[in-house]
Amino acid sequence: MAVPQPVETTFLFGRLTWQAFPLHEPIVVATFAVVALGGVAVLAALTWFRLWGYLWREWFTSVDHKKIGIMYMMLGLIMLLRGFADAVMMRLQQAMAFNGSEGYLNAHHYDQIFTAHGVIMIFFVAMPLVTGLMNYVVPLQIGARDVSFPFLNNFSFWMTVGGAVLVMASLFLGEFAQTGWLAYPPLSNIGYSPWVGVDYYIWGLQVAGVGTTLSGINLICTIIKMRAPGMSLMKMPVFTWTSLCTNVLIVASFPVLTAVLALLSLDRYVGTNFFTNDFGGNPMMYVNLIWIWGHPEVYILILPLFGVFSEVTSTFSGKKLFGYTSMVYATVVITVLSYLVWLHHFFTMGSGASVNSFFGITTMIISIPTGAKIFNWLFTMYRGRIRFELPMMWTVAFMLTFTVGGMTGVLLAVPPADFVLHNSLFLVAHFHNVIIGGVLFGLFAGIAYWWPKAFGFKLDPFWGKVSFWCWVVGFWLAFMPLYILGLMGVTRRMRVFDDPSLQIWFIIAGLGAALIAVGIAAMLIQMFVSVMRREKLVDETGDPWDGRTLEWSTSSPPPAYNFAFTPVVHDNDAWWDMKKRGYSRPLSGYRPIHMPKNTGTGVILAGLSTVVGFALIWYIWWLAALGFVALLATAIGHTFNYHRDFHIPVEEVTRTEEARTELLAARS
Amino acid sequence: MSTHWFSLRFSSRRFGRWLGCLLILPLAVMLSGCDFVVLAPSGDIAAQQRDLLVVSTLLMLVIILPVMALTVFFAWRYRQSNASATYKPDWDHSTKLELVIWAAPLLIIICLGALTWLGTHLLDPYRRLDRIAPGQPVTEEHRPLKVEVVALDWKWLFIYPEYGIATVNEAAAPVGRPIDFRITSSGVMNSFYVPALAGMIYSMAGMETKLHAVINHEGSYTGFSANYSGAGFSGMRFAFHGQSEANFDQWVAKAKAAGQTLDRANYLELERPSENEPVRRYATVDPNLFQAILNMCVDRGKMCMNEMMAIDAKGGLGLEGAYNTLPLEYDKFARRGSILGPRPSYVASICTAEEAEAAFRAAQAAGDDSIGPRDHSPLRGAGLLRPWTRPGLSGVMSQLDVPALSSRL
Repeated sequence: MAVPQPVETTFLFGRLTWQAFPLHEPIVVATFAVVALGGVAVLAALTWFRLWGYLWREWFTSVDHKKIGIMYMMLGLIMLLRGFADAVMMRLQQAMAFNGSEGYLNAHHYDQIFTAHGVIMIFFVAMPLVTGLMNYVVPLQIGARDVSFPFLNNFSFWMTVGGAVLVMASLFLGEFAQTGWLAYPPLSNIGYSPWVGVDYYIWGLQVAGVGTTLSGINLICTIIKMRAPGMSLMKMPVFTWTSLCTNVLIVASFPVLTAVLALLSLDRYVGTNFFTNDFGGNPMMYVNLIWIWGHPEVYILILPLFGVFSEVTSTFSGKKLFGYTSMVYATVVITVLSYLVWLHHFFTMGSGASVNSFFGITTMIISIPTGAKIFNWLFTMYRGRIRFELPMMWTVAFMLTFTVGGMTGVLLAVPPADFVLHNSLFLVAHFHNVIIGGVLFGLFAGIAYWWPKAFGFKLDPFWGKVSFWCWVVGFWLAFMPLYILGLMGVTRRMRVFDDPSLQIWFIIAGLGAALIAVGIAAMLIQMFVSVMRREKLVDETGDPWDGRTLEWSTSSPPPAYNFAFTPVVHDNDAWWDMKKRGYSRPLSGYRPIHMPKNTGTGVILAGLSTVVGFALIWYIWWLAALGFVALLATAIGHTFNYHRDFHIPVEEVTRTEEARTELLAARS
Repeated sequence: MSTHWFSLRFSSRRFGRWLGCLLILPLAVMLSGCDFVVLAPSGDIAAQQRDLLVVSTLLMLVIILPVMALTVFFAWRYRQSNASATYKPDWDHSTKLELVIWAAPLLIIICLGALTWLGTHLLDPYRRLDRIAPGQPVTEEHRPLKVEVVALDWKWLFIYPEYGIATVNEAAAPVGRPIDFRITSSGVMNSFYVPALAGMIYSMAGMETKLHAVINHEGSYTGFSANYSGAGFSGMRFAFHGQSEANFDQWVAKAKAAGQTLDRANYLELERPSENEPVRRYATVDPNLFQAILNMCVDRGKMCMNEMMAIDAKGGLGLEGAYNTLPLEYDKFARRGSILGPRPSYVASICTAEEAEAAFRAAQAAGDDSIGPRDHSPLRGAGLLRPWTRPGLSGVMSQLDVPALSSRL
């Protein structure tokens, strides 16, 4: 009869000891060696080329929504490499672990990998990429010079980075959660996950969650308050509409995540019993709460990309978007309905038939506005002149892939069908089908579409096409076998298998993952090649695709102030309308432009939050307290910073605008 | 009476294999050995779930396939290089088209929603069976086989109260006999799933979930946990045997011959985490063990959940209840309790052992819904007639030759 032992801690280091370094895991040690060498090389290069000052002044402390948007995208792409490495390791393990083989990963390592894969892909790949795109494009589309709260924007970004840093730290110091990406209790409670894994999960998400919520508030305010004169709600570009809905969802749902994780941490730190089995706790409450956040979350991810597809289809078909009004209403209906479906994630928990049918049917109803959207894109293409540039290729691939994912989704919304497919690889295939086929394809379309706006040159089409075909074929190859395996009754998160007939499918899926790896490599090569060949791919007009919305009316890349004069909007597709009416750029009458000033406070606050999170994970109480006090002091100190804004002098505006005038004149 | 109307008279096993082949025709050649258990199950409940899955898929393909075809067609027809195609850059609205766009998915969803409502109620795992197979209703002769299932870390315990035996990681049932599963968990959430038999249901500590099913074909099937539960999850698998009456009796006799006893002390040993457990058999089992596990009081000193709830229902112990705890001496894991929280404790029992046993027996009798008459009346919303049951309406449904329809609804 073991007496429960209090955990061993020291004052200085909490429960952090030498054992926390996973030196016994050769894979982790090798990864660490590579990452450390690479990191040292990067740091050395930055120091050698004296880039620290430049990075700090021009990027880290920048409150320019365009630079923050680009930094979000960088974060998302870097984390994509980590999340994808996890995916490859899983595919390899599952392809190997047959015929008595244990594969090459033990349970402790494998269980962390699939948890980290889910957490990273959703929170630190999809979210930063989507937020980055919105950050970059929305102010330009509505004719604004920045977001409503530029400092908050910088702070939000660095909080997201802080969360990512904590999750990455768990790879080399301690462990990550072994609970699956939503950390259901009782498994995630202290009795079953006593060490630091779940604490990394909690504090990583809490720190990043602050950033996400604040960035949601920021973008809502921006869209509501900062539209150019004449741009009524029903004249907003569709991407701005979908961004508005997404940010409403963020603001309404992320506090639920924060609250439920706070309750879980109370259970873990101070012995409350919200989600324990005994003392009146109820794990089912956690499952409900986390999905009340979790289901809106998937719409948070997909809605902005629906906006991207609308912009791309309309631009590359050379046509007005078919059914703008019904597109907007469909978006709003999806926004509202996304709160009424959360229970479909756990039909099998034993709710009654009436409850299950209610949530099943509400889920199906969402497919009606979604279907209407697909039809709208279809009829935008109808009688158009479709140019198959990269963004349009991604859009057609999305329309073909996403409909299949949507169909399997509605299928899973039928509770009796869900009873036989829940938690199976069929489910895994379904959500990858909509998240890769919808969110990622949309992001790639958006990146290819707005890249020339951000950098002044197009992406190289050859490597883009290589990447496109590898991704699309790789996706189908990787996930069709999972649909089939699901129908064979194979459940998810398995580490070893005993039925040898399954192996071939896992090998095919592994080949698909390998093809996707080539696709990712081709994408990185594409970016590199494009930067090298930027003279050839250059776009001087600022409107390389014959665009329709306001962001194409300014130069590429836009000046810090976006627009020398705030545009006046008369119609949907404002820029198209301006071009049609023979708009000419005003060439004189510039004024000084009032802009926000850069500040390092966001970096400092986020850094301190990360330290507090780290201290709480390891029970280093003095550091947590110190960090918290410093956090408060910095925040209060920042309220006394009265040097928050400045005016771009009229000479500089004139110089910038005249340079553009010359460039345009030289072209024509 | 007997055929659920949406099963549309598929010969279940053959149809499933046929469908599985069709879906992956090109690959079927190289993989003749695949077992599409979800599409070709051996239990009637799973077969009906499969039917619903298939019908829903076909229904959705009605709209999905045209959309996909149109996407490809429009993308090809209106490509920039095709100068002969009409180009209308300002055409962006058509009320008629908009109506179709919204109405077509709506109609599909109305059909699917109706299917879902009925299917969900008829195939509710808590609902007792009303048929063994198509055309074979459950009668008074069909005595349900009760099986109590406990998900442990990381193995499955099956208790057969009728026979007084228990097994670990192996279950069996006679073909054609309704099975009433009562399911709970010792700690972590799992999901009880035998794909060949019926859909899954979660198992959760301190809570009981139910599953009603029947196996229609002899054979040995795989069961497992379908909800990740920790390190030993992959090995949490068991064999489920569908057997003839005679073979089932032999299977029971084999457990009886094993001679071991599963009492509370043995259970507490068994409950400790272990992975890839071999099959174990117990000849006798404490008749109240499942109730004790369910109420989280296998350890005699702990207050049972039902006892606590009974006290609370009468107004509780007030502040005195706060002092009725003792420090926790035993638990499955070396350390429990949080760093800043109070010392781990448990609520001490105030019943005697006899009182507790009596309470279990009462609970068991009260919760026993397998006794008494079955209600075969159709499921319907209050005051709502089914559209195709209205006299004189010759709708689509009435043209389908579905014998069950008129009698069921």
